[in-house]
Amino acid sequence: MENLIALLIAAPLLGAAVLLCGGRRLDRVGHWLGTLLAAVSFVVGVVLFSDMLGKSGDGRTLHQHLFSWIPVEGFQADIAFQLDQLSMTFVLLITGVGTLIHIYSIGYMEHDERRRRFFGYLNLFLAAMLLLVLADNYLLLYMGWEGVGLASYLLIGFWQHKPSAATAAKKAFLVNRVGDMGLSIAIMLMFTTFGTFAFGPVLGSTGDATEGKLTAIGLMLLLAACGKSAQVPLQSWLGDAMEGPTPVSALIHAATMVTAGVYLITRSGAIFNAAPDAQLVVVVVGAVTLLFGAIVGCAKDDIKKALAGSTMSQIGYMILAAGLGPIGYVFAIMHLVTHGFFKAGLFLGAGSVMHGMNDEVDMRKYGGLRKYMPVTFVTFGLGYLAIIGFPGLSGFFSKDKIIEAAFAKGGTEGWILGAVTLLGAAITAFYMTRVMLLTFFGEKRWQPDEKGNAPHPHESPRSMTIPMILLAVGSVFAGGFFSIGDRFVHWLEPVTGYHHGEAPVSAATVTGATMVVLVLGVALAWLMYGRKPVPVTAPRGSLLTRAARRDLLQDDFNHVVLVRGGEHLTRSLVYVDHTLVDGVVNGTAASFGGLSGRLRKLQNGYARTYAVSMFGGTAVLIAATLLMRAV
Amino acid sequence: MNPVYYLYLASLLFTIGAAGVLIRRNAIVVFMCVELMLNACNLAFVTFSRLHGNLDGQIIAFFTMVVAAAEVVVGLAIIVSVFRSRHSASVDDASLMKL
Amino acid sequence: MSFPLLTATAVLPAVGAIATAAVPAARRSAAKWLALLFSLATLVLAAVVVVRFEPGGARYQLTESHAWISDFGVRYELGVDGIGVALLALTALLIPFVILAGWHDADPLEDVNPNRRWRPTQGFFALILMVEAMVILSFEATDVFLFYILFEAMLIPMYFLIGGFGDRAHAGGDEAAATQRSYAAVKFLLYNLVGGLIMLAAVIGLYVVAGSFSLSEIAEARASGSLSMATSTERWLFLGFFFAFAVKAPLWPLHTWLPNAMGESTAPVAVLITAVVDKVGTFAMLRFCLQLFPEASKWATPVILVLALISIVYGALLAVGQRDMKRLIAYASISHFGFIIMGIFAMTSQGQSGATLYMVNHGISTAALMLVAGFLITRRGSRLIADYGGVQKVAPVLAGTFLVGGLATLSLPGLSPFVSEFLVLVGTFSRYPVVGIIATIGIVLAALYVLVLYQRTMTGPVKAEVKGMPDLKVRELVVVAPLIALLLFLGVYPKPLTEIVNPAVEHTMSDVQQTDPKPEVEAAP
Repeated sequence: MENLIALLIAAPLLGAAVLLCGGRRLDRVGHWLGTLLAAVSFVVGVVLFSDMLGKSGDGRTLHQHLFSWIPVEGFQADIAFQLDQLSMTFVLLITGVGTLIHIYSIGYMEHDERRRRFFGYLNLFLAAMLLLVLADNYLLLYMGWEGVGLASYLLIGFWQHKPSAATAAKKAFLVNRVGDMGLSIAIMLMFTTFGTFAFGPVLGSTGDATEGKLTAIGLMLLLAACGKSAQVPLQSWLGDAMEGPTPVSALIHAATMVTAGVYLITRSGAIFNAAPDAQLVVVVVGAVTLLFGAIVGCAKDDIKKALAGSTMSQIGYMILAAGLGPIGYVFAIMHLVTHGFFKAGLFLGAGSVMHGMNDEVDMRKYGGLRKYMPVTFVTFGLGYLAIIGFPGLSGFFSKDKIIEAAFAKGGTEGWILGAVTLLGAAITAFYMTRVMLLTFFGEKRWQPDEKGNAPHPHESPRSMTIPMILLAVGSVFAGGFFSIGDRFVHWLEPVTGYHHGEAPVSAATVTGATMVVLVLGVALAWLMYGRKPVPVTAPRGSLLTRAARRDLLQDDFNHVVLVRGGEHLTRSLVYVDHTLVDGVVNGTAASFGGLSGRLRKLQNGYARTYAVSMFGGTAVLIAATLLMRAV
Repeated sequence: MNPVYYLYLASLLFTIGAAGVLIRRNAIVVFMCVELMLNACNLAFVTFSRLHGNLDGQIIAFFTMVVAAAEVVVGLAIIVSVFRSRHSASVDDASLMKL
Repeated sequence: MSFPLLTATAVLPAVGAIATAAVPAARRSAAKWLALLFSLATLVLAAVVVVRFEPGGARYQLTESHAWISDFGVRYELGVDGIGVALLALTALLIPFVILAGWHDADPLEDVNPNRRWRPTQGFFALILMVEAMVILSFEATDVFLFYILFEAMLIPMYFLIGGFGDRAHAGGDEAAATQRSYAAVKFLLYNLVGGLIMLAAVIGLYVVAGSFSLSEIAEARASGSLSMATSTERWLFLGFFFAFAVKAPLWPLHTWLPNAMGESTAPVAVLITAVVDKVGTFAMLRFCLQLFPEASKWATPVILVLALISIVYGALLAVGQRDMKRLIAYASISHFGFIIMGIFAMTSQGQSGATLYMVNHGISTAALMLVAGFLITRRGSRLIADYGGVQKVAPVLAGTFLVGGLATLSLPGLSPFVSEFLVLVGTFSRYPVVGIIATIGIVLAALYVLVLYQRTMTGPVKAEVKGMPDLKVRELVVVAPLIALLLFLGVYPKPLTEIVNPAVEHTMSDVQQTDPKPEVEAAP
């Protein structure tokens, strides 16, 4: 059975290779081939899953050792896979959602002449992401980690002729590289501390290492997670990443890749459990991002950027939960899975809206679309209810558990975290209701553009609506299904460990409080956007609104300090290299030249001058001889 | 008579010759001054020969005379040919070798 | 006596050079094919060397030894260890691609009188083969004097390649370009000659102290205790050798010749400089500095590590600031050489294995990137990044290969440079954590200069001058595709290479009497 693990990765990898090297003759079948191979991977995943279910809780982990990758003395890196319950969860999510989004893309990218290549990149992404979650050591994980970064780079910049897309892609890769720096330092620290970086030995011997080392490793892993999962302070790339085609935003920048940070922290749970300081930082980062993303999401008029802010915020929830330790890991992953369903569904819905609206993204130019796109409206609406945590839907179960766990952290911290998560829930309800109202309710606000092309909103083709419907089903039922008899908790417990946290208030109180803030958020949004007509051009807004529209000025800070500063630094270094370093060299050469120029003048061609120097020389020699003799 | 006086005379003659070589521009005069220096050397050699009581110095003096004679032949020939081509016997005019 | 395989690998390209040079003026294409044939034959011989070499066997294998200048104890001594084999294979591998990539670089323009006995094409390929012969022999030399002669002699063909064959050098039209080119060539020559001169002094000094030029004899004498150098003598000699190698490598602040030389020469020659000739410098650090002067090497390590660190960050920052894409790649190479030197002097097995792999991988990746850049420059006739834009739209295959070359340069995992870079970083980190952490900044900067280069040239709206630019031709694909395949293969399965290199590194580690730092915790199995 374990030999199938490599097939999971091999299928999409083969697809990527064939589609990217195959050339134009594959244009007509490329998208089918890509989708087929993604589906193959999903089927293999399901086969492995059913096999795993047939085994008892502790014997479910599978290993496959392919070959030795980098063998140098004490440094032994292997190409080897490990499939346990945590990886399995990710495999099903990645291949399942991935396949749906492949199907969706067939319709969405129909008119793009480079559709074959798009599917090649999507397959490459699947392969890299599966490698990330299946690796059995950190170095191989790193390969997947950068692989998804590459796929993300290629897909964000898929419409390369747009300079904004190319810039966004570059930015995403660079910010992620900063995070990758953290991961590579973490691996180096593991190597010097444990002499290895395979999951088993490292996570199994955290008890013997000093807390300082573990804290350092934990913080570096967190840096990596911040980069990939768009957490403060490395969050700036996610908003710009929406330049990519919408299926990409759904798959990579909502459902799977951006949650890799949560996977990393959960996977390294043993390290974080032994390093409370690092855990605290994780929780703080999660809490800050949770609010940051939510606030940004409130102010954006671009539907995709509003959803991107929401993604950031929801991942903040997951990171926060993961930072809580064994009381939170399970719920972090559970929220990750449900989020994968509803956020992918929401993005696909947004894509469907854009598809019908001539690629318009400004929500102020939508309005009243529910009549024109009923299927999109219903699926998007279900996703909306799921994300705000409407009772009975997926988000309700997973988010509620995280809020409970936050309270259960205990002490002042627990109260603060609980309050933050509740506040986040309120803001989530607000901005998602805003998105919903602006898009599907109210008067229609679209107008013909300069060329006189008025959008004709229409429902999308079936290849697009079917994935949306399936994801909506997941958004509705996944949470409830996972929670029956704490199924999900028991499933993951052998890997992540679980410890039931006792909140200072009862679970019912927490749920009640959540409901109250939910209603408040929805009501506020209705007051602002539902009751009265929405202006087509955005009002100036308060200071906070304006700041939030600009990503809370974080980008401006980056621009001024890093980009401008960096430009000045490189420019002055180029100058230094030219004038100083090269100047010394050229100066040496010039001084030799000058010296010989002077000396040349001595050779004036007059015999008597030479005679004088001869006499002078002889005189000096004689004098020296006499002097030596005298001494 | 003290032979050292001859040495004084020789050095005096040599200095006069050297000064002439350095200062004068007429090639013929320079040439004569070179001869003067050679003869000053000869005088010194002969004096030393006398001082040490052997013939080595005198032999070298003969050598010098022979070489000087050869030099005169070649040198005068060069000077004459230079004078023919440039109508001047000034040594400063022959400075084509400089860079 | 067995067949002198090592001599043959060097003699073959040398014979090829003479044969190519002798081809009559009118038969240019025959000269090209002849050169290609000889380079391929050399590659075959190099493959035989790789196969015959036993990783677990003696330190130096396939040895040859003949008396040469017996009065001074100079011998013609050859032998290869794992490091030498790896670099020999790299050189033999790259030259056919260099020749193929430069197929038209030395064609005379149409208006040249065909009856003149002027043969730039023949000269170009003969010089390339000459460089190959000398570089290969220098990887094999185990006699210090023999090595020194080759180290200096390879400057001569390189000088003519840089100065004589710029982009359309023989057109002779652009006066300013010709001036720039001859400046670059002279700078290259002077820099390396000064380095060589100082090395010559050190070589003579070594002979005075040790009474021999033979690497093995000196090493034996040192091991048995019959030869002991005074600390200060050893340090001075070390500095003499190191200076020459640091110029060649090049290490900051002795680097400024490289951007000029690589910028002004044609892309294949630039590859020859950075991927082949410069490797002699770093190779010699491993073989001569560490083996002959272990104590002094350890003494100088802190300073060298700082210089390497400066090279890494400084080279990368300057690459970001370049407007000329060839100069950009040159500065990127300076940054990479910083990594190599850092790995060598970290004195851990990971660092040194990594540095050796780095030499090989950097050769392949820079060749891929530089040659594609060369194809691009030939099409548009400009080296300035700003003159391009949107190439991806008109020439997707060219852009794709350019991107892969770039990704290799920024050490993306899955491509071979990642393996070596990470080994170097880990090896450095385990002994000098701060140095290792600062060096990782280099990987962020590498991403910056590569992606900025790619964005400005390949993406965005298609510029008018770029419109109608043809995609890669078959010859060009034949050059690039194998290099990319090799990058991928060695990125996933570098074992064949590490198996050859590891034993050699163990020897070097025992030369400098260093062992790897032990991990703090004995990890559970």
